Amino acid sequence: MANVLIWSSLRSHTGGKANLQIEARTVRELLDRLAETYPGLKPQIQRGVSVSIDGVIFRDGWLETLKPESEVVLLPRMVGG
Amino acid sequence: MPLDNTESQTRKFKVIGTRPIRPDGIDKVTGRARFGADAVAPGMLIGRVLRSPHAHARIKSIDYSKAMKLAGVKAVVTKDDFPDKTDGDAALYDVLYNVMAREKALYEGHAVAAVAATSAAIAKQALKLIKVDYEVLPHVTDVDEAMKPNAPVLHSKIFTDGVEPKPKKASNVVRRYEFGHGDVDAGFKRADIVIERHFRTEATHQGYIEPHACLANVGPDGQGELWVCTQGHFMVRDTCARLLGMDITKLRVTASEIGGGFGGKTTVFIEPVALALSRKANRPVKVVMSREEVFKATGPTSSSSIDVKIGCTKDGRIVAGDATLRYQGGAFPGSPVEFGAMTAFAQYDLENVRAVGYDVVANRPKQAAYRAPGAPMANFAVESVIEEMAHKVGMEPIDFRIKNAAREGTHSSYGPVYGPIGLLATLQKAREHPHFRAPLGKNQGRGMACGFWFNFGGQSCVTLNVGVDGTVGLVTGSPDIGGSRASMCLMAAEELGIPYDKVRSVVADTGSLGYNDVTDGSRTTFATGMACILAARDAIKKLCARAAQIWGIPEDAVVWENGHARPAGANAGNFEPMSLKEIAAQAPSTGGPIAGHHEYSADGAGVSFATHICDSEVDPETGFTKILRYTVLQDAGKAIHPSYVEGQFQGGAVQGIGWALNEEYIYGKDGRLQNAGFLDYRIPVCSDLPMIDTVILEIPNPGHPYGVRGVGETSIVPPLAAVANSVSAAVGVRMTETPISPPKLLKALESLGGMKKAAE
Amino acid sequence: MSAVTVNAKINGDPVEFVCEPDETLLDVLRNRLGMTGAKEGCSTGDCGACSVTIDGRLTCSCLVLGAEVEGLNIGTIEGMANGEKLHPLQKKFLEHAALQCGVCTPGFLVAAKSLLDHNPKPTETEVRFALAGNLCRCTGYDKIVRAVMDAAAEMRRA
Repeated sequence: MANVLIWSSLRSHTGGKANLQIEARTVRELLDRLAETYPGLKPQIQRGVSVSIDGVIFRDGWLETLKPESEVVLLPRMVGG
Repeated sequence: MPLDNTESQTRKFKVIGTRPIRPDGIDKVTGRARFGADAVAPGMLIGRVLRSPHAHARIKSIDYSKAMKLAGVKAVVTKDDFPDKTDGDAALYDVLYNVMAREKALYEGHAVAAVAATSAAIAKQALKLIKVDYEVLPHVTDVDEAMKPNAPVLHSKIFTDGVEPKPKKASNVVRRYEFGHGDVDAGFKRADIVIERHFRTEATHQGYIEPHACLANVGPDGQGELWVCTQGHFMVRDTCARLLGMDITKLRVTASEIGGGFGGKTTVFIEPVALALSRKANRPVKVVMSREEVFKATGPTSSSSIDVKIGCTKDGRIVAGDATLRYQGGAFPGSPVEFGAMTAFAQYDLENVRAVGYDVVANRPKQAAYRAPGAPMANFAVESVIEEMAHKVGMEPIDFRIKNAAREGTHSSYGPVYGPIGLLATLQKAREHPHFRAPLGKNQGRGMACGFWFNFGGQSCVTLNVGVDGTVGLVTGSPDIGGSRASMCLMAAEELGIPYDKVRSVVADTGSLGYNDVTDGSRTTFATGMACILAARDAIKKLCARAAQIWGIPEDAVVWENGHARPAGANAGNFEPMSLKEIAAQAPSTGGPIAGHHEYSADGAGVSFATHICDSEVDPETGFTKILRYTVLQDAGKAIHPSYVEGQFQGGAVQGIGWALNEEYIYGKDGRLQNAGFLDYRIPVCSDLPMIDTVILEIPNPGHPYGVRGVGETSIVPPLAAVANSVSAAVGVRMTETPISPPKLLKALESLGGMKKAAE
Repeated sequence: MSAVTVNAKINGDPVEFVCEPDETLLDVLRNRLGMTGAKEGCSTGDCGACSVTIDGRLTCSCLVLGAEVEGLNIGTIEGMANGEKLHPLQKKFLEHAALQCGVCTPGFLVAAKSLLDHNPKPTETEVRFALAGNLCRCTGYDKIVRAVMDAAAEMRRA
């Protein structure tokens, strides 16, 4: 069970909830479950997201494992120049 | 890949941290190095692009029959040669539409057709013979104007996302973002001092000296080659292959030396066009952009309109920060406003913070990344207010920042809780720096700012080949935009224990390696560097195994030390250590070539914080601002080649200085760019600047074996505010718009003078 | 328009080329003679990446026609090193890491050499103003100026 923080403007798709409990052991599972449970999040997830796990930002690490005590934060997909 | 065990904090590096000559250096100082426009092919045609003269127009028809009849013209392409193969990928469809206009021309300079001919002169003539029937539409170029309800709408399918209720009318507002935590309204109620200001920044261009250029060669069997200056040739390959309906492996892309990118060469503009022309003409086609085309039809930054409100208590503790950012990203969605919103307050430890961002489209070229995309504008706004607030509270700006700085355990404004970060370290180092004690005279002032950028890892693939003479070939796929080849060689040499000049690094074509992400996001020394280290370790395992075979002892009885394989202990056997050169010499007859590999997607890139201090002098008669002194203090984690780290600090700072003082896109009422050249788009020149002092901090990034953090982008984030703050200190006028060019500053000084006179 | 035949010298070597009347010297160097050291950054004389010398005078080759150099001696980056022996400026640029992408480097070297040929002991300000016609976007100019000052000092010692 992972604890995920989503950013403020996405909360209209989760009934206003900022912190979500999602059953997931990897980032991929997390994103799939999020899209299933809250279909309003699907477009943003498809456009691209990054995931911060305990302060380390993962841009493509879908197989990263999540521990129940991990702090997981959804972020827009990182870009650079 | 974690930091080497605790010893690495005290690991004595042999070559890391030294300043050897870069391996491609001689070619670059003798003119031998070959850049995008330096390639030729037998039978080559010259390609030129026809561009819309209108900022917004429906394209009713294109008739190029006359152009085709001109002797020497071999092919013409329009959108009809680019059938939509994007398969529902909206972002890729926008790239396609940007590369070649479809129903509408969405900005002045938008490509509408292209020609390949036997000479540049004939190609130019042919463009004039292409008849385009435009229905000119009203246009909008300003971000706030584009958001108004009666603004001309660019895309009929954009209905603002992220607002409730969902709009029924199409608009130019693509999306609303919001980040933050706490309760800003409650926070402001507790504030003793509240400052609220409005800021505007105009679009700027990365300004790389080398225009985009490529040479495409597609054969009748549909296999193609492309020579191109780019930050990511694998990205070019995959994007072009998709757009043209080619298998990825049928297109081989070679990255030329690149004359600057800074984010502006992380996408495609002319490349699919050159390939399409070559395919149609069945001959090689070279396309080189003019400087005017670069300004009008590549990817400048967004322009922005930003409101910032900050409140603090009278003892200098910030209690609330609130920002609304509006960015127009050109004619297609995707301005980096969310990164502006995320980074705006990221340097501070705030209980109550909110940052709202609006992504807006307008009739301008589609924006592309420019170092830390979205961050400089947001930092300009927030750090200006912070400085003003510090003065109002009666604290030194540096102390005000130290008091409120984000640190380990701070809930960041964009979501995660910070682990160990280097912000306080750069601030405290800055505080001790002699720059703060330099004397200031009349009309001279000092300002500062601090900022950061995320950096990321991404995909890298490296092969390390051991030559039979004991020299090592390091094959990477990351275009070298800043001298990274030297750092790659240093890391491989360090691991192998051989001299730096025995390692040669090349940037290989797409046929030679697995995928490599674009050289951006400050990722190369971190991710490709780490891959070099790991490829070297892989090669070392194989070298040890080879030595073990030669000695007839088990593999795990051999260790690598100082460039030699040696038995692990006395009972492993009494063999003289074998050097890399000795093992390599025997390779052909002991099992064949020895090579190490590493391919992965790296993560764990650390953020890089910086503090900038700027002294400037304003001439009150002309409004001209001269930079007197500039210091960059930035955390590099571990500086592999300190000269190139300093180079990143200095280059980014000067780009920021240009953005602050002179650079802007100037549009006429007709929606056309007025200053599409280096004369009137004024980037800093040598005589504008002093030496740029640099201090490299090294707080190791635990995600890299040597502690490397990406450094390339952060340095463009603080300069806008640092310069604006120094101007404010110099002449007492707070400039809230960039650029702070002489006419604008003079006008502000005159009204200040007028106000002072009126007050007397 | 009919083509023009031009006889000139490049880095001291006699050369004969044919060009259109409206071709610039930069076009001729790059496209006719295969000398791609001079770069086209703007074609309006603003960036200096195409810098050459014409009879010792520093010039933007994008602002000169190929047809105009009849009988003149063009100095390009390709003529700066003496075989394997680099010019002190070239050496110092490498030592000081005065280049990142390197596209402006040929122009800077030609311009810096021109400066030192006329003024062997320039101050930092004189260096900065002499090089103000060459744009660099990567380095912020700091290391370029250091390299030129250092090369000047070395050349005075020689």
